[in-house]
Amino acid sequence: MVFSIVAVIASAGFAQSGTIRIGVAGAHSGDLASYGLPSVKAAELVVADVNARGGINGKQIELVIEDDQCKPEVATNTASKIVSKDVSAVIGHICSGATKAALGIYKDSKVVTISPSATNPPLTQSGEYPNFFRTIAPDDAQAKLAVAFIKDKLKLKTLAVLHDKGDYGKGFAELCKQAAEASGIKVVLFEGVNPGAPDYSAIVNKIGKSKAAGVVWGGYHPEASKLVQQMRAKSIKIPFVSDDGVKDDTFISVAGKYAEGVYATGPKDTSTNPLAVKAVADHKAKYKEEPGAFFLNAYAATMAVVNAIEKAKSTQYEAIVKALQSEYVETPLGKISFDKRGDVIGFGFSVYQVQKGKYVELK
Amino acid sequence: MDYFLQLFLSGTAKGSIYALISLGYTMVYGIVQLINFAHGEIYMIGGFTALILGGYLFTLGLPVPLVLVLSIFAAVVFSSAYGFTIERLAYRPLRNKPRLSALISAIGISMILQNFVLLMQTEKYLAFPSYLPELSFLEPVTEYINSTQVIILGTTSVIMILLTVLIKFTRIGKAMRATAQDTNMAQLVGINVNQVISVTFVIGSALAAIGGVLICSYMGQINYYIGFVAGIKAFVAAVLGGIGSIPGAVIGSFILGWTESLGTGYISSDYEDAFAFIILILILILKPAGVLGKNQNQKV
Repeated sequence: MVFSIVAVIASAGFAQSGTIRIGVAGAHSGDLASYGLPSVKAAELVVADVNARGGINGKQIELVIEDDQCKPEVATNTASKIVSKDVSAVIGHICSGATKAALGIYKDSKVVTISPSATNPPLTQSGEYPNFFRTIAPDDAQAKLAVAFIKDKLKLKTLAVLHDKGDYGKGFAELCKQAAEASGIKVVLFEGVNPGAPDYSAIVNKIGKSKAAGVVWGGYHPEASKLVQQMRAKSIKIPFVSDDGVKDDTFISVAGKYAEGVYATGPKDTSTNPLAVKAVADHKAKYKEEPGAFFLNAYAATMAVVNAIEKAKSTQYEAIVKALQSEYVETPLGKISFDKRGDVIGFGFSVYQVQKGKYVELK
Repeated sequence: MDYFLQLFLSGTAKGSIYALISLGYTMVYGIVQLINFAHGEIYMIGGFTALILGGYLFTLGLPVPLVLVLSIFAAVVFSSAYGFTIERLAYRPLRNKPRLSALISAIGISMILQNFVLLMQTEKYLAFPSYLPELSFLEPVTEYINSTQVIILGTTSVIMILLTVLIKFTRIGKAMRATAQDTNMAQLVGINVNQVISVTFVIGSALAAIGGVLICSYMGQINYYIGFVAGIKAFVAAVLGGIGSIPGAVIGSFILGWTESLGTGYISSDYEDAFAFIILILILILKPAGVLGKNQNQKV
């Protein structure tokens, strides 16, 4: 009893201190850090802008940045740490597995969570986490698009579907398999491989033997580049279709000439959006390099949170949720809002192909 | 049959990759009885050194074979320096302490090196250019085995033979064996044990560096984290073959490579690690010291 009174006083003290705290969580170290660090930079840029024009309703924003290494077991700790610092909302987490682990804690503490990159469908569709939003379309949207593309444009009859056994990769692979079978494509091979292994030649042999007309990969780019490279080395020249974990320029730089012709689904191209142009220019000015993966999604997520708090004129959980679902906001991704389940409205996926060392959006 | 041959050769290639790393692992264990968990990181640092220097030399316009030789040389020198320093700083002060202390120190070094490279270099995956030659006579059989795999296989065999000769027939090899048998006694007969152990670490690290350059060329990519996975697999291979035994490490690596490859090909790659560890458990039950390991009485 005494403790809870102290806690109430303490949190009231925070609320009056004149700053609004927003958490940023994701992989900032570990082998997936390249997916998480761009979000931190995005949040920092948006917050610097907002603070420079006077903050939200006169209050400055302060970021609480915590690392989860994309590991679910670390993410629960990360979430507890962020919650204990009395944040009004969280941008994150980055990987679906870590996000899922952290969401329960945010839900119990009534903290709005917007992920720029967690695409695992049940996060929104299960209805279990009313506090969860995302500025990226869920995997099944991606999988449905990928399979439709394989069926209508590539006209393949058989597929080999591989994944990295992770929540994200396996989720995408399973959805592709379902969608493929529903549309009459035969899945001749469905298997998970060990992420990080130096050599995939055995599974590549198996692809060759299965006589699949195309390969779908659910997972991230380090394995994708090894797979493509080893397939091409064994003169298996069938199309390689993957997800937005591969739609990253690092894939092209690592896989080099082997990347040529690879298809990947990814968020719609927003490079002509003026806000996106500004965000990228700011990033280049401040950090002297091109922004990384999910940068614009995180930028949009931060803008959406700021907008919601501004419109709600409150940092109360219910008010923020209502504002997120009712207000549209101009972001680098376009004019977005959120549906009742927390999925983004006004933004989706396209298919890309590597052509001459660049991802080109296929219309 | 054709499919079996493909899988078998894939397994051989994979095995020779594991062997390249586990040779250094097992050698250090054989002499010092220390599981050097930082070995995988030394391998990664070797790869990074070659990447950085190789890239620099290449832009200077040097011919590719010279770039390859120089960058391997630099990787070997750099990694050896790391191995030497790590032994001096992290293992030597703990030599007469309980063995667990040195083991924990090794794990600590492994984490320090990973994070050092993460912070000083990059968290990203980088493309690793292959400076290795394409062997044209292999062209008709690329479906089975490619140039890089053959080069790795050849290097592994040569290193295994050289190491065996070194340990069996040279003066320093004799000193190494004496140190392994009984450190105190070796000192009494005038062997400079500190020097012998330093040399062991330098050679082990040099091997890791060569492995780093070749394997990164094969994968076509490098990242600060690659040493961890490689180190674990190489460790399993070394234990499988009988840790401390040089031919054992090679045999263990091939068994591991074949098991994983055939298991993937005929059953499912979902269980690749399960096959590897089932084999490990079976061999340890039937032959607790590993395939070629000697059953030693535990020293008190």
